[in-house]
Amino acid sequence: MTTGGWIVLILSIGSVTTLFGWCIWKVLSIPDETEKLHGFEFETPDREKD
Amino acid sequence: MSAPRERWSSRLGVILAVAGSAVGLGNFLRFPGQAAQYGGGSFMLAYFISLLIIGLPICWAEWTMGRHAGERGFHSCPGAFHALLRHPAAKYLGVIGVIVPVVIYMYYVVIESWCLGYAMNFLTGRMHFSTPGEAGAFFARYIGSAQDGASVGFQFDQVGDYIIFVFLLNFFLIYRGIAKGIEWFCTWAMPALIVLAIIILVRVLTLGTPDPAHPDRNVSNGLGFMWNPQKVVMESYDGTGWKRDRELVSERSIEEAEREAAAAPDRLRVRKIGVLEELRKPGVWLAAAGQIFFSLSVGFGVIVTYASYLSRRDDIVLSGLSATSANEFCEVALGGLITLPAAVAFLGIAGVAGQGTFGLGFQVLPLVFAKLPVGWLFGFLFFFLLFLAAITSSLSMLQPGIAFLEESLNIGRKQSVSILGIITALGTGFVVWFSKDLKALDTLDFWVGTFLIFVLATIQIIAFAWVFGIKRGFEEAHLGAAIRIPWIFKPIMQVLCPVFLLGIFALWTLQNLFGIQFGSTHAEISGYVLDLVGPNPNPVAWGAVGIILTFGAFVALLVHRADAYRRPIINSSEAPQ
Repeated sequence: MTTGGWIVLILSIGSVTTLFGWCIWKVLSIPDETEKLHGFEFETPDREKD
Repeated sequence: MSAPRERWSSRLGVILAVAGSAVGLGNFLRFPGQAAQYGGGSFMLAYFISLLIIGLPICWAEWTMGRHAGERGFHSCPGAFHALLRHPAAKYLGVIGVIVPVVIYMYYVVIESWCLGYAMNFLTGRMHFSTPGEAGAFFARYIGSAQDGASVGFQFDQVGDYIIFVFLLNFFLIYRGIAKGIEWFCTWAMPALIVLAIIILVRVLTLGTPDPAHPDRNVSNGLGFMWNPQKVVMESYDGTGWKRDRELVSERSIEEAEREAAAAPDRLRVRKIGVLEELRKPGVWLAAAGQIFFSLSVGFGVIVTYASYLSRRDDIVLSGLSATSANEFCEVALGGLITLPAAVAFLGIAGVAGQGTFGLGFQVLPLVFAKLPVGWLFGFLFFFLLFLAAITSSLSMLQPGIAFLEESLNIGRKQSVSILGIITALGTGFVVWFSKDLKALDTLDFWVGTFLIFVLATIQIIAFAWVFGIKRGFEEAHLGAAIRIPWIFKPIMQVLCPVFLLGIFALWTLQNLFGIQFGSTHAEISGYVLDLVGPNPNPVAWGAVGIILTFGAFVALLVHRADAYRRPIINSSEAPQ
């Protein structure tokens, strides 16, 4: 592999791995988010009707 | 929509389900082949630009459309268009969003069964190949490419048992529902898939130079074949023109070739194809955009359905980005480091170059694993990894059909699963039986898995950005959002994405339907078109197109008659309790 190949490899894999890692951290670090999914029938009707 | 609404049980679950839908065979087999064929580093540049211009925008648009529709009681693509555009004709646009996943399932489940069959044959020590011819002969016999009906059999090295098992497993999981079926399975299958891929990756990267008699066959050259930004080829003059001899990937081989060429300049030359030269070729952009499409499952109608089981306050921006990033990690960081380096380390560049997805996956790699110490174990792990990747994708292809049948016929899950089971069993039976040259599979893949996906994605982004409106679309997307979509995506979604998409679609049509090869004066009508309207129409190709048209007409009829699309659209979050 050439030097250019190593640069492309490191940049490509580094960027997708960093993004993936950041997303995992963000998803897991937001309080209550992992278990907050619930039906909207429990929500208050605080939005105008369409 | 009086039936209790299904929903995801956790945010991580929906992210893993969408990521599972996206991560499939294309990540580990198609992507490396495309990257190596279209210039390595140059392809990656076009690939990442395509990800930003079409991948992420369409992904966010689909998540937004899906959640917006789900709030109003719709979970299918016709319902999503109906809720979004509020025009009597809008629901018909969504017909493609039902055809695409269901028809793709019909042949995808067959490929899925190949993966399981290969895994089991490796586990039981039946895969002993010493030449490419042996591996190729096994694959041809296994899939029945010699004659129609040849693959139907129930021996251990035939495909029958695996298809039945895989088909039933898919429907068992889908019958269990969104949370207990799809989410439960993806929650353990996706982490397992990544762990398996990392185990195989470590093994591949430590292969070094397996055969000292062939020092050029090593992992480093495999990586160079995939990732070098500048393609370097040795060409020879044969009296009429310069012909490509071999590709050079290491610094040392390039230096040696340059010395060789300097000694005989009238006969040999080293040609370097730079990044800019590669990027000027339309084919590179077409391949990169196509890979982003197929890889992210955008234009499949799947994300719309999955997102419709979220509620208004649930984040979709971070979830969409997370699912996309999981797919990109599996594709670039895992798929990009496993397949080609392993193949080149054992077979050399000449043994790998020009192989398609099936050739690489089911002929080259089995040969590689057969030559590897404890290869039966790594062969099993690799094909089981592919099987997991495939099943998380095929599950996602069933849910849009289930949701549509429940919605349009106002029936329960048991009935909808039964109806879809019959429809897909007929389609899969057609694909399995008409196995000669994989004509049925190939035809369905071309017209649905490629052509209709482009059409649906184009309709979706135009409907979202122009008809629904980009300002309203962003407001809708940001309800409950954990992060914000950067402002630059507004002009990208409104202008750049549709223009890029239409441009790519036009190029694709010219190349694949009319056979125009860019950079060449030669043009020949595509075989897929000739199979239908050429001098010798192919009955199997017509049968495959007949399946698409018949199923499309069935969906359109249900859309036309369904009460669900005639009632006033009500936002469920404001409905009286």
